[in-house]
Amino acid sequence: MNKNGAAERENSTWQPKIVAFLCNWCSYAGADLAGVSRLKYPANVRIIRVPCSSRVNPQFILRAFQRGADGVLVAGCHPGDCHYVTGNYFTRRRLMLFKRLLEFTGFAPERLKVRWVSAAEGGRFAETIKEMVEELRDLGPNRVMREEK
Amino acid sequence: MPRIGVFVCWCGSNIGGVLDCPAIAKEAASFPGVVFSTDYKYMCSDPGQNLIIEAIREHRLDRVVVASCSPRLHEETFRQVLRRAGLNPYFLEMANLREHCSWVHPHEQEAAQRKAVDIVRRAVAKAARLTPLSPGRIPVTKRCLIIGGGIAGIQAALDVADAGFEVVLVEREPTIGGNMVKLDKTFPTLDCSACINTPKMVAVAQHPRVKLYTYAQVEEVSGYIGNFKVRIRQKAKYVDHSKCTGCGTCWARCPVSVKDEFNLGLGERSAIYIPFPQAVPNKPVIDAAHCRQLTKGKCGVCAKVCPAKAVDYNQQDEIIEVDVGAIVVATGYGLFPWEKVYGEYGYGRYPDVISGMAFERLVNAAGPTGGKIQRPSDGKEPKTVVFIQCVGSRDEAKGKAYCSRICCMYTAKHAHQVLEKIPGARVYVFYIDVRTFGKGYEEFYRRVMEEGAVYIRGRVSKVFQEGSKLIVKGADTLLGEQVEIAADMVVLATGVTPAEGAHDLARMIGIPVDKDGFFQEAHPKLRPVETHTGGVFLAGACQGPKDIPDTVAQASGAAAKVCALLFKDELETNPMVSRVNEALCTGCLACQKVCPYRAIQEAVITERIPGQPPRERIVARVNEGLCQGCGACAVTCRAGAIDLKGFTNDQLLAEVDALCL
Ligand SMILES: Cc1cc2nc3c(=O)[nH]c(=O)nc-3n(C[C@H](O)[C@H](O)[C@H](O)COP(=O)(O)OP(=O)(O)OC[C@H]3O[C@@H](n4cnc5c(N)ncnc54)[C@H](O)[C@@H]3O)c2cc1C
Ligand code: SF4
Ligand code: SF4
Repeated sequence: MNKNGAAERENSTWQPKIVAFLCNWCSYAGADLAGVSRLKYPANVRIIRVPCSSRVNPQFILRAFQRGADGVLVAGCHPGDCHYVTGNYFTRRRLMLFKRLLEFTGFAPERLKVRWVSAAEGGRFAETIKEMVEELRDLGPNRVMREEK
Repeated sequence: MPRIGVFVCWCGSNIGGVLDCPAIAKEAASFPGVVFSTDYKYMCSDPGQNLIIEAIREHRLDRVVVASCSPRLHEETFRQVLRRAGLNPYFLEMANLREHCSWVHPHEQEAAQRKAVDIVRRAVAKAARLTPLSPGRIPVTKRCLIIGGGIAGIQAALDVADAGFEVVLVEREPTIGGNMVKLDKTFPTLDCSACINTPKMVAVAQHPRVKLYTYAQVEEVSGYIGNFKVRIRQKAKYVDHSKCTGCGTCWARCPVSVKDEFNLGLGERSAIYIPFPQAVPNKPVIDAAHCRQLTKGKCGVCAKVCPAKAVDYNQQDEIIEVDVGAIVVATGYGLFPWEKVYGEYGYGRYPDVISGMAFERLVNAAGPTGGKIQRPSDGKEPKTVVFIQCVGSRDEAKGKAYCSRICCMYTAKHAHQVLEKIPGARVYVFYIDVRTFGKGYEEFYRRVMEEGAVYIRGRVSKVFQEGSKLIVKGADTLLGEQVEIAADMVVLATGVTPAEGAHDLARMIGIPVDKDGFFQEAHPKLRPVETHTGGVFLAGACQGPKDIPDTVAQASGAAAKVCALLFKDELETNPMVSRVNEALCTGCLACQKVCPYRAIQEAVITERIPGQPPRERIVARVNEGLCQGCGACAVTCRAGAIDLKGFTNDQLLAEVDALCL
């Protein structure tokens, strides 16, 4: 746990903000299923629908961090189950590299999560959000990448 | 500047019970571009839709945000509303307040309210950047592929073919009929399964518009709705069916004898065989793994005796390619492999502990014992039979939480059959609850109890052999007592699982499976026979455990959907495809490599720069008929020359900005 985070946690009015890019076919449907199943999870996440996780340009993730997101989730179909056959393989390679780059620049790579959530995994979606919120609470707000406003 | 209208739906109390909809509408009125905003109880209802249309006219709206449920549910509904109001239907953006907010955050209303406002702000930001889109048109191939020749596949094939379309029916076994032809009688009416199934098998095989491939497998599916390309592997049968008359000389003379899978190992068959006497087609195949001629090069009896000279040991697998416009998946189910998991029932070690399907074969007049109920171990008639329900169903410890839906009824049927065929027999049924949900089912169950079946509520903890008896130990939870029964035979109601290979098939076609491995329907209530892949439909037990009436109903439903599709000459294509800005494209074609549909082609353009001679240059060009709109190419392009319509860089960045305020 980083010191900063611990301090933030003390006076905890701060809430981490998560931007989630979800592929239409699996993960967005998984988030829908979490809703249909009335699974409760923290309200910290804001969802953007994309056709496929491979549509997510690292530029979008950067922009989210610059504008004040504390965490970003990119979720798509499980490898092998992509609606567009191979899209998520590109996502996996691309974002793995991008994460390394974030690490290299001194930005906490844990702030970016890439997860596979199928249309049947409402529970997994809810758990992922809970987990991210916990982790981000420990990490504290993103200050490194944030543009001063 | 666009004129945006925001329509916040209460969805009755689904949204309105948690979120303050009027407050959301009020806040939305201040977002850039919003000139009108309101809330209403049910936006998707007729008055709700009219409210939108009137507001579009009155306030000259040209972009619409509906804040309601998931776009996966109602995007199409509201696009039609825009169309009716004379707007381009792609000027719609939805904000998902129900699935993504009110339903999941009822416990933190304040945070949920803030989130809802953000969700609407995101939608407004995107709406402001929407451009009109118009779909292209593609032709429809008027032919349907049906995978799986059980009762589901057969029924769907007959319905589609009777409506006038060509059908290609592919079955991997040597005969069609599926699990239903193995059954003896069918609950609750006790009519003979073969009597209702085999005439349909014959009808489908003889139908002029049905092309039947048995002993065949679908190997590759490409393309998209209206225009699928399918590769089918016809496995070598080693018998030329165009010459074979089905006389049976060969299988009578074949010297090989192996356990017969059709009878679940209770009987035997030869290496050249038909699975059962009423098989369709009624012509044999050679089981290459057991044929002495094919494995050792020594025998050749069947070729020698065949009067039609139909046996051909050199036959090879054949690849067949067909174009179809629609696909019905009807691959049915498998049965829970209790022998691997249920140590307490002996792991399949005791021959007289059998599965329900094995019982069907035993009791079947066309089965290995001619319909006599006999113990597999010594052929004696069992006097005491114990049935155990929910073996691999409703058992989270074994990883199967779901109810298999048919076992209660087939166990009642089996209990009845024992009591009917064996005078003085005693029948015990261990159950958790009895679920008899269908028409006439409860009455049937009561009748079986009146006939003398003893139902014991409780689990069996152990089955073991003692002499010639099987001792069944269990609990009667209603009486609160331990019970012990010395049985002659134990029949396990093994639960339903997805058919073997179902997951591979799902991947090949590109449809999802649910958590239990059954194929996932597009919507459990409103689109139960469709999948999320356009043009692919589901029928029968492949979608979840089902009895025959439900299977047949769904198969006819799938057929109706197929016909509705094939009746069209053309389909509108998804206009959310990618587009290359040729001025920016450097011609590197990196995009081409990531496109799963080979939608990006190389094109040569001539550029005219004033004062210079015209210059030729390579650029990427998207074939809109092939592009499915994933957007992988847009991210790959380093020059930023490709963008995906409907999900443009500009739109997505605006969404990010709106959410990170
Ligand atoms: C013991 C028992 C008793 C039952 N008794 C009754 C009863 O009395 N009344 C009743 O209503 N229901 C009964 N049922 C249920 C009944 O069997 C099913 O409802 C019905 O068979 C489902 O039909 P289907 O066509 O969906 O599947 P299936 O019968 O399983 O047919 C699927 C077909 O697809 C083929 N296939 C699978 N994968 C592929 C592939 N990849 N490529 C090509 N082909 C493939 C299979 O070989 C099979 O022929 C009983 C079930 C059991 C287990
Ligand atoms: S003997 Fe020849 S004609 Fe007769 S069933 Fe066998 S293969 Fe067919
Ligand atoms: S959006 Fe996807 S399908 Fe369309 S051209 Fe690009 S990579 Fe191919």
